[in-house]
Amino acid sequence: MSADIKFDQFLDAKGMSCPLPILKTKKAVEALSKDQILKVESTDAGSKNDMASWAKRTGNEIVKVEEGSGIITFYIKKTA
Amino acid sequence: MANKKMTIIASKGSLDMAYPPLILATTAAAMDVDVTIFFTFFGLDIIKKDNADKLKISPIGNPAMPMPVPIPTLVGALPGMEAMATAMMKSKFNKHGVASIGQLLNLAKEAGVKLIACQMTMDVMGVKQSDIVDGVEFGGAATWLDEAADSQINLFI
Repeated sequence: MSADIKFDQFLDAKGMSCPLPILKTKKAVEALSKDQILKVESTDAGSKNDMASWAKRTGNEIVKVEEGSGIITFYIKKTA
Repeated sequence: MANKKMTIIASKGSLDMAYPPLILATTAAAMDVDVTIFFTFFGLDIIKKDNADKLKISPIGNPAMPMPVPIPTLVGALPGMEAMATAMMKSKFNKHGVASIGQLLNLAKEAGVKLIACQMTMDVMGVKQSDIVDGVEFGGAATWLDEAADSQINLFI
């Protein structure tokens, strides 16, 4: 199922609550170069919608979202 | 495209009411929104030196306050109940990976959130500029209004 998406950085946001997954994601994406991909793992159920809103507002692209065992995995491409 | 702007008036100094301004401010900053927080009245307690992590929550007058066992409202007035409620909430926040008020305040500063302390309420409540954490500006209603007039989102908390 989970196709291998290559990523450049990994952010473990498991166990963090709102707004930390978003704040840490923002910092991590800022440190990337354009078109690089950040993989984020979150256990915050709210982060699925939060991350989509964040990406829309900041002009970054969520390439893929996976869910399983209470963990939501995001692949975010820095496009802004 | 110019960034969106948001202002928040933080007027409360209890632990529970300190969270919304700082959560919204840090998140907005992460979403490329320019944020200003205007601290007034009891909200000043959030930005007093070494005070952010000492804010308390009171079970008094809050029927929704979760307690280990249901207690009559008046029992919440007894000595020690406020400390107990505060310790309980902090432990819950901590268990769920929620940042502390002090951490959020630092994250807000790091993200460039503009912090303004209300000089009038400082004067009334005997708070000196040297009592306030570094990186805070001082102003009044006009300072907030100037920011608010150009903002898409203005909240009073």
